[in-house]
Amino acid sequence: MRERLSAGWKGKVAFLAVGFLLLVVAPAVMTEFRLGLLAKYLCFAMVAVGIDLVWGYGGMLTLGQGVFFGLGGYAMGMFLKLQAAGPGELPDFMSYNGLTEVPALWRPFENPWVALPAVLLVPMAVAAGLGLLVFRQRVRGAYFAILTQALAAAFVILLIGQQGLTAGTNGLTNMNQMLGYDLDDPTNQRNLYLVVVIALGAVYLLARQLVYSRYGRLLIAVRDGEDRVRFLGYNPTSVKVLAFTVSAGMAGLAGALFVPVVGIMSPALLGIVPSLELLIGVALGGRATLIGAVVGTVAVNFAKTGLSEQFPSGWLYLQGALFIVVVAFAPKGLAGLWSALQRRRGAPGPAVEPLPTPVLEAAV
Amino acid sequence: MSDVLLEVRGLEVVFDGFRAIDGLDLAVEEGEVRFLIGPNGAGKTTLVDSITGLTRPAAGSVQFGGTELVGRAEHEIVRLGVGRSFQTPTVFESLTVAENLDLAAGFRRPFLTLLRRSRGVDDRVAEAMETVGLAGDATKPAGILSHGQKQWLEIGMLLVQDPRLLLLDEPVAGMSREERTRTGELLHLIAESRTVVVVEHDMEFLRRFARCVTVMHEGKVLCEGSVAEVQADPRVQEVYLGRSGDTRGRVEVH
Repeated sequence: MRERLSAGWKGKVAFLAVGFLLLVVAPAVMTEFRLGLLAKYLCFAMVAVGIDLVWGYGGMLTLGQGVFFGLGGYAMGMFLKLQAAGPGELPDFMSYNGLTEVPALWRPFENPWVALPAVLLVPMAVAAGLGLLVFRQRVRGAYFAILTQALAAAFVILLIGQQGLTAGTNGLTNMNQMLGYDLDDPTNQRNLYLVVVIALGAVYLLARQLVYSRYGRLLIAVRDGEDRVRFLGYNPTSVKVLAFTVSAGMAGLAGALFVPVVGIMSPALLGIVPSLELLIGVALGGRATLIGAVVGTVAVNFAKTGLSEQFPSGWLYLQGALFIVVVAFAPKGLAGLWSALQRRRGAPGPAVEPLPTPVLEAAV
Repeated sequence: MSDVLLEVRGLEVVFDGFRAIDGLDLAVEEGEVRFLIGPNGAGKTTLVDSITGLTRPAAGSVQFGGTELVGRAEHEIVRLGVGRSFQTPTVFESLTVAENLDLAAGFRRPFLTLLRRSRGVDDRVAEAMETVGLAGDATKPAGILSHGQKQWLEIGMLLVQDPRLLLLDEPVAGMSREERTRTGELLHLIAESRTVVVVEHDMEFLRRFARCVTVMHEGKVLCEGSVAEVQADPRVQEVYLGRSGDTRGRVEVH
């Protein structure tokens, strides 16, 4: 009991320390460009926390988080495009495509009171609907993974096909103002970065609360023995739908923040490959450790940027190799290595976050 | 005097044309401890599966306290008050003993209270750990328990679940002699306030703890009675003789 209390105390200190680093130190020492990159990576980390909830704790390998990221991103993008065009005017790409008035699908997004809640509610509603259908039919394991991957592919095809509605392959660009603020202004970009950090903190705390609650234990139980959970009187479908929906909301929020930070939302950011890349950070950091998901994602993305600057074509190979190495030799990721190291030092490390199923088994 | 709690009528379960259960009738009274025996393939586990919703019968009905169970989902049947165990203990190995019990005790809680962190150990959970002899192992992951301890943990989970009807599928399979005795004592304790149906092969265990035995064969009830009556029944001897050749010692070596 005492051990648990001290672990909680340590966790709080670590959380505050990281918060201080990100909120105070990083803006002071990093260039505008690097800070912008960090903001982008922290958006991905938000998605990663959701993936960890669903995959690490719930055992549902989701290969389609890009869809929810995209739904949140496009909802925000539509709002910003309409803002950029001005009231009653057509966004630029629509006039290139011969449209003469704002399509009905876009119209509600003129209103921030519709657009901003939609960045959360649309992805969550899609995830809840899909989850109910899929989990009630007891689709799981590899079948669930393939289904979500197919969803990501279909979503991209849909976006590209609807040129007039979505600007197709180009995606939504040229979004330079939001609620009267100029998004190209460095001060506003810095403030936006701070909003991203706070949002990530909130997402992390929400996930933590879920994971350490009774619901979290139940989620682990569903991961390890879904059929047994039924005989404890719980319906695994609702347990899984809740986790999946929450993770979709996290991805949607991340997508919505990504748009003003990076200035673009396009199908290339959402397909199969980007959805998989989001997963690699979680695997590297360590599944079923929330902090691992955040650290892993930020690390992978910094490595990606750094290495692609040096060796433009080398990153993909390295990424593949990294994934294989993690799966084969460190199934618990960096977090697993860390606790192994602590145990070797003789410290009575924290009770290892149990992860009985090997990665591949859980993945398949 | 006592009421029928579980009534199975005309149950038929078909797997790919094979009739695993073929027009079975069974009635279990409230407060009874009923043993279910029969050679391998007689349909004992299939019967338990059909009662608990794991297998969909092709025909027939299962009434529990006047409620039809056929067609309901597994968790709904549990919520009506039917608990079961499995041949191999299935506890959640990555959760601690206390967490396993806490989950089992918790399905009656409103869903939203699940989102809170559990603080301390629930009284019922503590009591169950005491009863099954795992009080010293509360914070151990269930995965490191011995086979027998896992089985007891599972029984503990059934205790806190507090069902009206308990279906135990071979609770002493793979257990040592002492473990069997301990399990038998637990069974007595459970049966004080509940109706229990036990699927069991072990004849020694049967003789010590069974009063009323139902013998199944090829998906039907062959006969019912006390252990002595059942053992003396020539049909039972024939059914078992065909398989193991020894009806005096163990009916079937598992």
